[in-house]
Amino acid sequence: MWSMTLKRLMFAIPSLIGVVIITFLLTRALPGDPAAYFAGPAATQEAISQVRAKLGLDKSLLVQFTRYVGDLARGDLGNSLTTGQPVVTEIRNRLPASAELTLLGLIVSVLIAVPLGILAATKPDSLIDHACRLVTTAGVSLPVFFTGLILVYVFYYLLGWAPAPLGRLDIFFSTPPQITGFYLIDSLLTGKFDLFRAALSQLLLPALTLAIFSLAPIARMTRASMLAVLASDFVRTARASGLTPFTVIVTYAFRNAMLPVITTLGMVFSFLLGANVLVEKVFAWPGIGSYAVEALLASDFAPVQGFVLTMAVLYVALNLIIDILYGLIDPRVRIEA
Amino acid sequence: MVAIPLLDIQNLTVEFATRRGIVRAVEHINITLAKGETLGIVGESGSGKSVTSYAVMRILDRAGRIAEGSVHFTGLDVRNAPEDAMRDLRGREMSMIFQNPRAALNPIRKVGRQIEDVLLQHVQAAPNEVTEKAIEILDRVRIARPRERYHAYPFELSGGMCQRVVIALALACRPRLLIADEPTTGLDVTTQKAVMDLMVDLTRANDMATILITHDLGLAAAYCERVVVMEKGRVVETASSEKIFKSPSHAYTRKLMRATPRPGASLRGLLPEDMSEAAEKTVKASPKPNGKTKSSDKTKAPLLMVDKLLKEYPRQGLQSSLAKLFGPRPAPKPEVFRAVDGISFTVDRGESVGLVGESGCGKSTTSMMLMRLIDKTDGTIMFDGEDIGAIPAKKFARLPLRRRIQMVFQDPTDSLNPRFTAARAIADPILRLGDPEDGMPVRARCEELARQVGLPLDLLGRFPHQLSGGQKARVGIARAIALKPDLIVLDEPTAALDVSVQAVVLNLLQDLKESLGMSYLFVSHDLNVVRLLCDRVIVMRAGKIVEQGPTGRVLGAPEADYTRDLLAAIPHPPV
Repeated sequence: MWSMTLKRLMFAIPSLIGVVIITFLLTRALPGDPAAYFAGPAATQEAISQVRAKLGLDKSLLVQFTRYVGDLARGDLGNSLTTGQPVVTEIRNRLPASAELTLLGLIVSVLIAVPLGILAATKPDSLIDHACRLVTTAGVSLPVFFTGLILVYVFYYLLGWAPAPLGRLDIFFSTPPQITGFYLIDSLLTGKFDLFRAALSQLLLPALTLAIFSLAPIARMTRASMLAVLASDFVRTARASGLTPFTVIVTYAFRNAMLPVITTLGMVFSFLLGANVLVEKVFAWPGIGSYAVEALLASDFAPVQGFVLTMAVLYVALNLIIDILYGLIDPRVRIEA
Repeated sequence: MVAIPLLDIQNLTVEFATRRGIVRAVEHINITLAKGETLGIVGESGSGKSVTSYAVMRILDRAGRIAEGSVHFTGLDVRNAPEDAMRDLRGREMSMIFQNPRAALNPIRKVGRQIEDVLLQHVQAAPNEVTEKAIEILDRVRIARPRERYHAYPFELSGGMCQRVVIALALACRPRLLIADEPTTGLDVTTQKAVMDLMVDLTRANDMATILITHDLGLAAAYCERVVVMEKGRVVETASSEKIFKSPSHAYTRKLMRATPRPGASLRGLLPEDMSEAAEKTVKASPKPNGKTKSSDKTKAPLLMVDKLLKEYPRQGLQSSLAKLFGPRPAPKPEVFRAVDGISFTVDRGESVGLVGESGCGKSTTSMMLMRLIDKTDGTIMFDGEDIGAIPAKKFARLPLRRRIQMVFQDPTDSLNPRFTAARAIADPILRLGDPEDGMPVRARCEELARQVGLPLDLLGRFPHQLSGGQKARVGIARAIALKPDLIVLDEPTAALDVSVQAVVLNLLQDLKESLGMSYLFVSHDLNVVRLLCDRVIVMRAGKIVEQGPTGRVLGAPEADYTRDLLAAIPHPPV
């Protein structure tokens, strides 16, 4: 088990090196001249070259790259040109916001999708199966900004149940002291339950929006995988041994059907984390996705590089976790590694 | 005094709802079973024998239902009993042993835990003593070191061992009825004997009734008191095993008996009376070798000479790969596993040689090396004077020499591309390696080959899933002979077929060999089949050749103990 984990970690090193090189080259290949952008529209040629020299953009690519790697080694991702803040600080502030939102969305999604998929698989072509198909189809075919806006319209504007979609916390509350960066957890740790409620009420609608979108792949994968497992010989043996339907479905079938579901979960999570810009925009969420997009539009190198690198590291970590989970669930994987 | 039978099946009909309408899998069958009795149900695939047993346990798929008739188990009406009552019965009063034991066990749950699940379900043990009980049951099915094996996962156990665990599961609650559905299909003969003996001992000791479902008449007759023969969902004959063997009354039973390879039978004798005459005619009608003498026919050297052939695999150690990445080089001599351990044999022109042995003996590895699908570790493979063993496997696939060695695979379904029609599958080697009959259109050549293997021409446009097992086997054979090879490696070509189909295919192989002048290397675990088809036999065990010689001598008066064990393990009907 440990040797497998170690080995996976070592395999991650080359891909991380590759990511560093590629992000560096890609940001350099972006259209637009950051020096001209920051010097302002009325700047003279002289002012522009001054900014360029200040940014170090007049040096050769190799020199720029060595400097970049050197900074990276010291944990310095550079400063954002638009906000003037160090990229590391900004990411540290914004990543938990995105992660909290995505995780909650995913948890809600799993809580709905997995039982739905299991029920649909145990009773194919029943009412619940058709309902499952309908929900999942609707979930993927509605764009997230649309479901987001509808939810805001209904629950904020019409019903008034939800607070205004303006960020992570109502302005009357002060942010909890940063422990994990997750408001829900931090407020509980410090015992501020009203703060917890406030943070949760802000979080619910965007999380629900994400959940509706990610329902489809998880529910479908659960259903397909359960159908295959339920038709297998060992489920027949379990039935012929007189085990209860609950034991047969949960202990025997679902544990075996979990592997592809977990893979899908990992994919959905990493996709949502970086790609939920639209949800962040609709709910004015100070997340990492909108941060990266804004930086990209401003030809601001450092945040983009920082973002891509962070995502790559997260992705590697996520895959590692999935591999470990695989090993925990399926003893055969442990041997093969 | 008439006792109530343990199991009473009256006029049972089971229907399945399929896309093509309702199909009756079992029609109006009557079977009764007394307490402690052993009954065999024999039939070929599609005879409804498994469906009958599922109906008894009421574990039919969603699509299936009992349409008519009744099943009574100790007086309880199985057809109308509530599901809860049935669940209590299953596993406690009646249990089942399945074919393919490895698949029948939950792959990610320790075998001990699986036995515990059953024990706890039927309240056969208190939670604090259930582990001890499970270990005791493992011990009862004669699993060595049961305390250790309790923690094993199915993939860590051999096929025979898995079947013992499945038996342990079934017998954990000492049921009154045990249904064994092809319990030993796919197991080696010696394992089969051990598993069957174990089953009989345990059921006898506990006075259980047993239903043994099998396609093997010999097995049923050897272990059962009474045999029911089924064909196409109907019972055609019920009699004591002795009577079935001595004087089978139904034509189908006679046909089955005839088709079962056994000592003293001839290849032609396997076919039904009317067909064996027809077979003689086809032999005459089939094209004779077309005069063209093969270049090196004059030389008397054998076609294939294998000398001290060796194949080693590195044994996967747990820490080995990590040790290689870190630390110093591991010990100079890495542990290896010898799959094939220095074997030597020859195959003459026109000769058919049987390669027999139990699973894991290296016979498949040997055939893969001969086909040059994998590289050897050491030794030579001389084919028609050329050392093909020295040619790397990747390069060999493109050499003209490749045409002259072909293979027929074990599973007729899995060895055909599901998206190729029969014609395309047969044409495949011609399109890849070129036709020896130059100038003949590929389509015409396919039709000629189909005629040679007895495949109706209108089936050429069909896909594998639209063909029967026997037809698929014919496609596989047609594909192998398309390039007029000198040597065909047959890897258990009839293992997946019913006996009556097997009889036809074996005869076809014999006819083709005679008319095309090919040599066969026939890899098989079924000694009775080898006896019929092969001139010489090679017996392998653990990578080594134990014994080789003419078929009659090796199987008639074996020199090696191992060969004697193999022969003794074949179930013999009580005659």
